[in-house]
Amino acid sequence: MSAVLEVSGIRKNFGGISAVDGVSFDVREGEILGLIGPNGCGKSTLFNCILGQLTPSGGEVKLDGKLVTGLRPAELNKLGVSRTFQLLQVFPKLSVRENLILAGQEHQGNMASRLVGRSDAGLTDAAKQMIGFFKLDHLADEPAGGLSYGQQKLLDAAMAFMGGPRLVLLDEPAGGVNPSMLADLKDRLVAINREKNATFVVIEHNMEFVMSLCSRVMVMAEGKVLAMGRPDEVRKNPAVIEAYLGH
Amino acid sequence: MNGFGKPLKIALGLAVIAGLIIVPMNFNRYGLFILSQWAVMSIAAMGLNLTLGYAGQVSLAQGAFVGIGAYAAAIMTTHGWPLPAAILVAIALSFAVGWVLGYPALRVQHHYLAFVTLAFSTLAFLVFRNESWLTGGIYGISNIPRPNVFGFATNKPLPFYYVCLGSLAIVSLAVWWLIRSPWGRAFMALRENPLRAQSLGIDTRRYTLMAFAMGSALGGVAGALYAPLTQYIDPVPFNLSLSLDLLMMVIVGGAGFYFGPFLGAMIAVLLPEWLRFTEGYYLMLYAIAVMGLLIWSPTGILGILDRYLAARRTKAASALRAVAKSRLETAQ
Repeated sequence: MSAVLEVSGIRKNFGGISAVDGVSFDVREGEILGLIGPNGCGKSTLFNCILGQLTPSGGEVKLDGKLVTGLRPAELNKLGVSRTFQLLQVFPKLSVRENLILAGQEHQGNMASRLVGRSDAGLTDAAKQMIGFFKLDHLADEPAGGLSYGQQKLLDAAMAFMGGPRLVLLDEPAGGVNPSMLADLKDRLVAINREKNATFVVIEHNMEFVMSLCSRVMVMAEGKVLAMGRPDEVRKNPAVIEAYLGH
Repeated sequence: MNGFGKPLKIALGLAVIAGLIIVPMNFNRYGLFILSQWAVMSIAAMGLNLTLGYAGQVSLAQGAFVGIGAYAAAIMTTHGWPLPAAILVAIALSFAVGWVLGYPALRVQHHYLAFVTLAFSTLAFLVFRNESWLTGGIYGISNIPRPNVFGFATNKPLPFYYVCLGSLAIVSLAVWWLIRSPWGRAFMALRENPLRAQSLGIDTRRYTLMAFAMGSALGGVAGALYAPLTQYIDPVPFNLSLSLDLLMMVIVGGAGFYFGPFLGAMIAVLLPEWLRFTEGYYLMLYAIAVMGLLIWSPTGILGILDRYLAARRTKAASALRAVAKSRLETAQ
């Protein structure tokens, strides 16, 4: 299997602290890679460096073999890389439907056609499908800010898929989501992974969620990669137990 | 604004438009001047509403763009150019300057941005006042002609009021189209969550610059109508207080609401006139009214309506839920 994303030697320093300290890994086409580690170990900083939200102090990021280090987030998104954030990031005053149309509109046409063309950028059906897929039908016209935390979390994830991404980086998608909704979310992620052949990297603290969802798991500690492997291998790794999982 | 029936909304809109066309026919010169001023200020406020209300970019320079448009129109029409050409130049000029003024917004936001735009406002005023070879300096430019529209002279107040009203109609339609388009959605994304917007492929730099440029261009349009309306301009009307007035129109009407600028301009232009019977007290009463409104409803007049409609929707939804619940209970 070919690598969608190749990360080599990424470093990020904040003053004297190196939050990410020479991380290298690759993400294979169609896999779901888990990323775990204690709080403050650099997972989110790594995401931000890959996605252009932060400029890495060193190292390279390649997408499909092409160097993309230093591209802006919007440019990366246009190349098919999408993400969710650790903290909720929806557009609270827009309706659920408008949030989803917004999430996909920049992938339709160009600046001119988005000004003079259809106001929904031709995405009403796609948004409706996505709303159905995430079981948000009854909330389609509600302002996103009025939804419960768990529902907003689902919307947040749904938005990441509107542009038809090849690679999605999810930052703690399960945080604050109740168990039944979590099962739903996992179902949806697996379905999109299989049907749309989307590749995922998932940061998560919920071990059960990670271990059952991911084909491989990478463990970080203090800005470095501690272990990488199949979930059952990683779970038994003494260093991982010491640093993160606990006895 | 859900909650009103669609036919009712259309009927209301048509009634307002018909009223704006028919009622002023009996107005005197001064009444028509005030109403024309309302139309012109509505256009400028709509521009600021685009920049500030929809795209969330604070600007204290909208008055400067009205000035740029006014001087462009005054200089061109007194040199024999037709007003439509002057309007096009005013749009192009204020669009370009607004685009450049947008660059600071890529680095600073909120009150820092307010200060940057405030400095620009002062700069523009100084250019109007000091570059007398171009602007006539403190003596200004007089004898600004009013245009002929399809062969009709608009020198008299009523025809020129219709020119202003027609321009307002065109601008209103264009803005309505813009905010419903994906661009409008992207502008709101800038306001609500620029970080998330970027990660969804929205080129926040380009949209921020566009929001400034388009909002400023509407300021230019307003200025290009203001010059032939007053037929004389000097630098004073375009100082910082015009920018603050326009800001107040947007906030009082309801920032980010389509109809906000119309209402805000109405209050800013007409209310002082209605309060004239109180003689010396009218400015004080006006100030108190504005303070009271903003304490009661920080989201402006349309914010009150919005809250009322939201409350009604919530009530309707909970009534539906109650019905559904009792059905469930009887089913068990």
